[in-house]
Amino acid sequence: MKINDVILRTVVKGIVFIVFTLGIYLFFAGHNAPGGGFIGGLVLGSGVILLYITFDIETVHRGMPFDFKLVAALGVLLATGTAIGSIVFNVPFLTQADNYFHLPLLGETHLTTVTIFEAGVALTVVGTLVTIILSISEDE
Amino acid sequence: MIIVLAILFPFLIAACIPFIYRSFTKLHLGWFVLAVPVTLFIFLTTYIPQIAKGQTFQHTVEWIPTFNINFTTYLDGLSMIFALLITGVGSLVILYSIFYLSKKESLQHFYCYLLLFMGAMLGVVLSDNLMVLYAFWELTSVSSFLLIAFWHHRKASRAGARKSMTITVTGGIAMLAGFLMLYAMTGTFSVREILDSLGGLQDHALFVPAMCLVLLGAFTKSAQFPFHIWLPDAMEAPTPVSAYLHSATMVKAGIYLVARMTPVFGGHEVWFWAVSLAGLITLFWGSFNAVKQYDLKGLLAYSTVSQLGLIMCLMGLGAAALHLGYSKESVIYTQATFAALFHLINHSTFKGALFMMVGIVDHEVGTRDIRRLGGLMAMMPFTFTIAVIGSASMAGLPPFNGFLSKEMFFTATLRIMELDIFSLETFGLLFPIVAWVASVFTFIYSTILVVRTFLGKVKPERLEKPPHEAPIGMLISPFILVGFVIGIFFFPNVLAKNILQPAMASVYPAFPSAAELTPKISAWHGILAPELWMTIAIIIVGLALYKTLPKWRPIYRIIPENYTLNALYERFIGMSESYSGRITNTYMNGKLSYYFFYIYIGFVTLAAGYFIWSGTFSWTPTTDSPIEYYELILVIVMIFTAVSILFTKGRITSVLLNGVLGYGVALSFVIFRAPDLALTQLVVESVTTALFLITFKFLPELKPERTSGAAKFSKALVSIAVGATITFIGLTAINYDKFLAISRYFEDAYELAGGQNIVNTILGDFRAFDTMLEVVVLFIAGLGVYSLIKLKAKKGDADVEN
Repeated sequence: MKINDVILRTVVKGIVFIVFTLGIYLFFAGHNAPGGGFIGGLVLGSGVILLYITFDIETVHRGMPFDFKLVAALGVLLATGTAIGSIVFNVPFLTQADNYFHLPLLGETHLTTVTIFEAGVALTVVGTLVTIILSISEDE
Repeated sequence: MIIVLAILFPFLIAACIPFIYRSFTKLHLGWFVLAVPVTLFIFLTTYIPQIAKGQTFQHTVEWIPTFNINFTTYLDGLSMIFALLITGVGSLVILYSIFYLSKKESLQHFYCYLLLFMGAMLGVVLSDNLMVLYAFWELTSVSSFLLIAFWHHRKASRAGARKSMTITVTGGIAMLAGFLMLYAMTGTFSVREILDSLGGLQDHALFVPAMCLVLLGAFTKSAQFPFHIWLPDAMEAPTPVSAYLHSATMVKAGIYLVARMTPVFGGHEVWFWAVSLAGLITLFWGSFNAVKQYDLKGLLAYSTVSQLGLIMCLMGLGAAALHLGYSKESVIYTQATFAALFHLINHSTFKGALFMMVGIVDHEVGTRDIRRLGGLMAMMPFTFTIAVIGSASMAGLPPFNGFLSKEMFFTATLRIMELDIFSLETFGLLFPIVAWVASVFTFIYSTILVVRTFLGKVKPERLEKPPHEAPIGMLISPFILVGFVIGIFFFPNVLAKNILQPAMASVYPAFPSAAELTPKISAWHGILAPELWMTIAIIIVGLALYKTLPKWRPIYRIIPENYTLNALYERFIGMSESYSGRITNTYMNGKLSYYFFYIYIGFVTLAAGYFIWSGTFSWTPTTDSPIEYYELILVIVMIFTAVSILFTKGRITSVLLNGVLGYGVALSFVIFRAPDLALTQLVVESVTTALFLITFKFLPELKPERTSGAAKFSKALVSIAVGATITFIGLTAINYDKFLAISRYFEDAYELAGGQNIVNTILGDFRAFDTMLEVVVLFIAGLGVYSLIKLKAKKGDADVEN
């Protein structure tokens, strides 16, 4: 059964970009405003799922040739890696640091290591979400 | 700091193994791995001069300071011995394994597990913090499990792996309980600090229980009677593993623990008797059973059990000196500990060589059964040399290192009779007698090992392959070990001064001078020395018993098959499996509604029960803020939706209604100004609805339930109870003051964590540990779903379990 859902496809093409932008915005907004790694990851993940629902798996795979299991693994590695990384700097496990840096184009920027940790969370959420939904829907 | 890295180094390389394995397919993976222990060994040897001078090295990396759990490394004489053994024997074993394991085996797994083990073992001996030590301790059990089951297509390998895991992990958990008791007594997990706060500890009610639990951990790990039954079964592992884990290093972790804890518990009578008697019984039982083995590795396994018993017994005898306190007379009793540490090194050298020798025989001939072997001397002269030297050292003959430590063992057992503490005046005689008898058996099995394998007639028709000498690569490692066997005999005092003396200082920190605790080792004590005559008697009686072995072999059938320790263990495991299966089947009946009952009833009893029990329920309507009309509308909508779910006919309708409920919750988050929660709730709701819809194609049509009135009533009752409990907790939460207020974090979030969004600073900073572990759990759950669905057996597939 193949429905020719032109309207859905056209709308989704536009919406997915909004969803992804929202996800990325939420991810970076996290530290001082509502948002963060978990919610950012969820929004990104639901964007990917929306793509999978609208188009078929092969088409999406051509556009995004990631193995989402690896994405999740990379996320776990990032999250635990920043935790272990603090040991190298001789501070307790999981200590996070932050500071202000002057960057070209962006001006005075607040950079934190929590962002890396949160990126790990986000990637794990995206990876796990998509892996679960894909494997259930592919099951015969 | 650099010692921390030394512990982590093997783990890092283990993580890189898959990449190395894929990039360099031509070369045997072992050559890369060999670099790890060699580097570490050279690195450690640079510390020997400083350690010999009595220096120690301590470094702390803060891990969970709130709970006193820190990654503290501590390098002293005692750790040094073990660390050198781990890296030294490790290097030789890996070199040997390169020639032992062909490239067809799954080498990446083998070396990954081996490196995991090496790192874990270094962690055990170099950690000062008991919790960290425990974590590494269990990791050695796990890696040992993986290595024993390396040839997992064999049933015996899997059974052996499971047995060793069950026994050592049970002991490990007992040890953990012991450590927690120590923490309760002293308020610290650091061994250093526990030693500083020893005063008055002996009278504490938890002192003896803690001691017994810690000993249980040590005894299971070091295969002491009656827990030794796992070690012979662990011989299913590849021979390099047996040589490394099950003779030279892992089984000695228990001895390390006993040595480390001797300053804490050592002066107590229970400790003295428990350690020395467990050791003595194991010594006898191991050597007695080794004689009846037909499998060469089985023989070596029981011999290892016996030798571990010897070392353990000596550790116990040495603890008597701590009871006496420091004096000119008591120093003499510390020599038992000295002999223990000395024999520990000697045992690793000769037993390592012997295991490698057996591996060579197995590899080149195809069997290890002594009934099929014989006359290999002419074909395998080098292997024969290794066997003779190793066995002679094991039997305690000169001019090999085993002779020296065995003599010292006899000296210690003779001397302990002179003491009049711990009712030794009555039972002291037990030690030299049992020690002598066990040594006779040791002599017999050492003879069997050499004579039955290498002398006599060749039986080519019974061998799998035509016998020939091993390749040079396999001979290097055992020859190096054999070199030590002879070298230590001629220059024992070099070893004593540089390696053993600082270790003695770690076992007896309260004794002023370590040099005083280090006796001069000599091979000759004079013609009248009783030790010499004991050795001579061993040789004569041993030879006589070896000649008459077929006559007295029936002795081993005295204990009926059904009552051996192994049979008892099997029966116990079988029974616990069937009973727990029966109990589990009564409540896990596969009906979801029952599982919901368990969960909800459990929740209501625990949560509501706690609030009622602690009497903290309070509701003061006057202090509550007024209810706005839009809040009321929202609540009414949600109630209406919830009730209507009960009466829906189709799945889609109920899921959509459930979604409405979820959005209602999200809306209330908006009303109460929790934008983070609202956002998350909205997305989660959408994603779960999608997930529901995807899974629907697997589900049958929803049928109206035919349930009795009573069942409906009980379901309604539980639902109402759950709802009431939640409401109840919500109302109480406002006035609850049993926990510290967390508002400090709200107010200071920016200073403490550099973020203004309190929710995120909690997730990423204050409670980052939770978040990190949740991420890991989420990932594992995802992988679980994936592998359950993707890797399930196809219909009609062969049953892979056998």
